[in-house]
Amino acid sequence: MPPQIKRLALLFALFIGLFLVVRHFLVPKSFGEFGHYRGLSLVENQAKTPKYAGEKACADCHQDISDLKSPNEHKSLSCETCHGPGLEHINSTDSIITVRVPKGREFCGMCHAKNAARKADNVVQINVADHNVGQNCTECHNPHSPWLTIK
Amino acid sequence: MANNQVKSRRRFLTDAALLTGGIFVASGLKPLGALLYATERKNPNGPWYGMGIDLEKCIGCGRCADACKSENDVPREPFFFRTWVEQYTILNDGSMKITSPNGGIDGFKQEYPDEEIFKSFFVPKMCNHCVKSPCTQVCPVGAAFESPEGISLIDPNYCIGCGYCVQACPYGCRYIHPTRKVVDKCTMCYHRITKGLLPACVEVCPTGVKIFGDLNDPKSDLVRFKKEHSWQVLKPHMNTEPKVYYNGLRAEVR
Repeated sequence: MPPQIKRLALLFALFIGLFLVVRHFLVPKSFGEFGHYRGLSLVENQAKTPKYAGEKACADCHQDISDLKSPNEHKSLSCETCHGPGLEHINSTDSIITVRVPKGREFCGMCHAKNAARKADNVVQINVADHNVGQNCTECHNPHSPWLTIK
Repeated sequence: MANNQVKSRRRFLTDAALLTGGIFVASGLKPLGALLYATERKNPNGPWYGMGIDLEKCIGCGRCADACKSENDVPREPFFFRTWVEQYTILNDGSMKITSPNGGIDGFKQEYPDEEIFKSFFVPKMCNHCVKSPCTQVCPVGAAFESPEGISLIDPNYCIGCGYCVQACPYGCRYIHPTRKVVDKCTMCYHRITKGLLPACVEVCPTGVKIFGDLNDPKSDLVRFKKEHSWQVLKPHMNTEPKVYYNGLRAEVR
């Protein structure tokens, strides 16, 4: 074997050896545990705290509103659809953190504004431009029971 | 000289034949299937999650996109979405308009008068959690991966932010996080479903458009949805095998 090849081979062997050593220290322990990824990442992904509590959690305290809502048109809505994430509110002592109470015609309009893409069977639609202009929706409709008469 | 030429030609032909035959045999070998499939069902008895989307019911309120941003700390700027809603409007002259103002979070305004519209409908979009996901296959460091439950996830501590997967996803479901400089995407709310909660978009949907479920559980809502509806997937020609199933998907949807 020519001497230059020998020298090159030695250099290669050294380089590969060094690569394996560096690799040993750089690749995380859990890499390849389940596949070509860091196994611990699964746990980290799971560990994030949820912010939406789910409807059952709301009904635990607000049974009255749940009962008002459940027989009518808005029964398929989760509380958090309009009120936003609620877990922080549930976990906070004395409910210092409150959930949002949406106001204004625009908010209701996101579902109920007339739109050609909305099917009439799915949702009641009104023309926001000429339906009791200037009034807030909640002056006539109770969001938890839309057709309940408001005194 | 002539003899040598014949010899080398013969050798070339045998080498070529061996190579072709070798590739053909090798292509049938099982371990190489790993190159084609991003994930294999490691645990056939465990959950294998997917999502059904019933377009007949969608009213385009955009609450799913809003809830997703709240739940997953997605930046509020209108270019970053894990899930969003598009409105397709096909006009009488045959032209098609697709709009998605702020992903639908601020609501949709009808932009054309009723007389001009041939058909209009909403399409919520999200990560398709493909079985053969191109995004997972292109990741150079193993930061994009699929969980044993078939959910396409990101390891933000391992991602180098090269953006290759953003390019690879045929559905445009990934973005580079503006401050963390790593890729972010829909996890089907992995942190929620592993705690027995529903994904945030499913939780808040007022009309029950999205059906989350386990494809391995014959009694799950999703399996029933797939049984009862003539569903379609987005871009089936990409051969990605998406696990998001649309009912009432029109051919115009891209």
